[in-house]
Amino acid sequence: MGLQVLAVDDSRTIRDMLKMALTQAGFEARFAEDGVHGLEVLSGTMPDAIITDINMPRLDGFGFIEAVRAQADYRATPILVLTTESAPELKAKARAAGATGWIVKPFDPEKLVRALHTVAGPGAT
Amino acid sequence: MSDPMAEIRASFFIECEELLEALQDGLTAMDGGDDDAETINICFRAVHSMKGGAGAFGLEQLVRFAHRYETVMDEVRAGRLSPDRDAMMLFFRAADVLSDIVRASRDGTEVDQSETEAVLTQLESLAGGALDEEEEEEVTDFQPMTLSFDLDSPPAPTEDTPWTIRFTPHKALFASGNEPQHLLRALSALGEAETVCEQDRIPTLDALDPEDALLSWTITLDSTKSESEIREVFDFVDGICDLEVSGGGGGGGGFALPALDDIPSTIDDGAPAEEAPAPNIAASPPRITLSAPTDETMASDSAAPAPSSAAAPATAPATPTPATPTPVTPTPDAAPAKVETSKPAKPSGQAGGQATASQSKATVRVDLDRIDRLVNLVGELVINQAMLSQSVQEADIPSNSPVSQGLEEFMQLTRDIQDSVMMIRAQPVKSLFQRMSRIVREASAAVNKRTRLVTEGEATEVDKTVIERLADPLTHMIRNAVDHGLESSADRVAAGKSEEGTVTLTAVHRSGRVVIEVSDDGGGINRPKVREIAESKGLIAEGISLSDSEIDNLLFLPGFSTAKEVSDLSGRGVGMDVVRSAIQELGGRISITSEPGVGTCFSISLPLTLAVLDGMVVRSGGETMVVPLGSIVETLSLQDNEIRSVGPGANVLHIRNSFVPLLDLAVALGFREPLESYDGSVVLLITQEDGTRSALVVDSIEEQRQVVIKGLQESYGHVPGIAAATILGDGQVALILDPVDLMSTVAGKKPGAGPSLELAG
Repeated sequence: MGLQVLAVDDSRTIRDMLKMALTQAGFEARFAEDGVHGLEVLSGTMPDAIITDINMPRLDGFGFIEAVRAQADYRATPILVLTTESAPELKAKARAAGATGWIVKPFDPEKLVRALHTVAGPGAT
Repeated sequence: MSDPMAEIRASFFIECEELLEALQDGLTAMDGGDDDAETINICFRAVHSMKGGAGAFGLEQLVRFAHRYETVMDEVRAGRLSPDRDAMMLFFRAADVLSDIVRASRDGTEVDQSETEAVLTQLESLAGGALDEEEEEEVTDFQPMTLSFDLDSPPAPTEDTPWTIRFTPHKALFASGNEPQHLLRALSALGEAETVCEQDRIPTLDALDPEDALLSWTITLDSTKSESEIREVFDFVDGICDLEVSGGGGGGGGFALPALDDIPSTIDDGAPAEEAPAPNIAASPPRITLSAPTDETMASDSAAPAPSSAAAPATAPATPTPATPTPVTPTPDAAPAKVETSKPAKPSGQAGGQATASQSKATVRVDLDRIDRLVNLVGELVINQAMLSQSVQEADIPSNSPVSQGLEEFMQLTRDIQDSVMMIRAQPVKSLFQRMSRIVREASAAVNKRTRLVTEGEATEVDKTVIERLADPLTHMIRNAVDHGLESSADRVAAGKSEEGTVTLTAVHRSGRVVIEVSDDGGGINRPKVREIAESKGLIAEGISLSDSEIDNLLFLPGFSTAKEVSDLSGRGVGMDVVRSAIQELGGRISITSEPGVGTCFSISLPLTLAVLDGMVVRSGGETMVVPLGSIVETLSLQDNEIRSVGPGANVLHIRNSFVPLLDLAVALGFREPLESYDGSVVLLITQEDGTRSALVVDSIEEQRQVVIKGLQESYGHVPGIAAATILGDGQVALILDPVDLMSTVAGKKPGAGPSLELAG
């Protein structure tokens, strides 16, 4: 079994693409449409990694990461930020909020999977 | 299965339409004075999301435009730019261009670059010169990247030049959720790796900070990868670890080789090297990690020491504590920051998440064909049910029998199903109205009139097909309103009006139909001029007496055009006559009201659905016909003394102090000659959108029922006075009348008879 991943993005297209990339890699993926929804879906589960967008309604990616990190259970859960911007200050901001890594949109599925493995390991076998 | 990427692509364009709608909404709200930060955020996100998706499909033009648009919007978001009305118009225009690009991208066509550039240039000058060259560079970040760093560096010699990587995490690395073990594993995936862990910084247990990072690793990597590829593994931990990469044929160049000669002494001091854990390592040239002395036990079966890496002396710490050579996988983790060890048993997965996920409004996309099939089937069901009712009636089954009662419930259910199915097809007119706001912007720019579009009733739901087929006629009407309806700015000011003209677009449900109105606050119809034109074009006889409303209706005559010069806009060979026939094809009617100096209003009345209607079944001249219930205001029985003749074959009905044109249905349709006496005949009082009434004589009223509309258009085209046909319970085909059309057709044949002759007082 691959990694269990929670992906949070307000764009249906991006969610669809993530879904395709993750399922093809044999991962188990769950999805949320914004930060608030993401926290709801997360609660009670323990994904191997979380992927989140930055610009989202209700609760943006930074707020979402902070809220996730504030919960003891998820202090070390790897979180990848999915962003169209690759500006260094954005990376710095993401890291300051507690992100583990980042993926620049549009993402290459292979690279995404590799990044997930880099932060979350090979997953349970 | 079709290509999943193609499906996602299709769904991306659907999402784009939604995002464009959200963008329009947001801009409209901002234009209306909404300065809530979330409003601009919504606009920004809409553009941003389009950019994100577009990048994935390599839609470069869309990405570029969205990026630059978004950048300017970001200025507004950050409060550095507060858009005035002109700026808002520019934002609207940019949204229009964006939607063009979206559609062009979808259809694989091109959008004129000069147009998009012009808008972008204006936008960016709005934001000030702050956005220049760097923007271009950022855009290139979006090109889908497949990693090909190999091309950047000279081909690395594959032999004898392993990389040495020294990696010391900081405490912050754990806080960010990174895990050295995974990084090391990722590294070892690049080639053959030997990893040595240094534990010398681990204090005694009582002094141990469990969350601190106390280990360092030195990895010898035999890989053809370039330094940048190796560094990329550590991209996420850049700045929260110490990382040194050295050696390697590619990265170091000439730097790597001298090491062979320089270092031997270090090796001698440094003690035996380790055996690589992987068996196949034996095949590769012998080498050594210089960084640390190896464990005694491992030393016994170590391979022959050989000099290796160039920078090794620099990185090698003089370490008193022995380090453990570690195979990459089971790194003993001295810093137990991994909270996962305490994680609860994973709850059976979906349950929690699915439940919460369903809180957002769920929608399903369904192929329109499937819905149409369902609509048709329900139509058949209605007919079937009617037939069944009729058989039961004919079988003389008492109405209190279970059969009758069951049938009644069946009828109710059928009606509910029908309503529900119709609701599936119904859509708010909002999308249509949004398209019109663009038409207004473009039209007003083309004729240089400042125009504001006000929309009301956007949530009004109408059948999807009606909405689609309404777009063209409505576009034309809107253009007309801007071009002909509104006066020039100078004239408006002279007339004491505000310089900016207003076009109002409203939708409302009224007695089972939807009424859409396009009104302007312009000068009203110039009736003398309309009349003059009609006469000069030979459309009407000169000097004929016409009511105001009749003059207004001349606009609908084929070949009529009031524009003195054919402007860019309206003079496209489409007249109001085409608009009217398009509306009629939808089972609708269009009427016009105008007041000089105040404005003109076109009113379109449409059936809510093209599938069923409530009708009154009547008999006339031996034929059974259906009159739409919505058009009937009352029914009464006629007495001869209520009829007044106003000319040969033209009669009016005197009712409650007014005269209403009277028409014998059977005569109008040519079933029979006029009767001697209409005493006792049944009259249906019909009302039009503009409130004028007329009376229709029929022989008898049979029943009131819901009928399924079967279009005649495809087979017969538009038949004046006839809307469609239906199948009755006994299987008989009956025509559905369009009484208003019928009235005007008959009135049109006899120009003498006015549509309405209200009594003064």
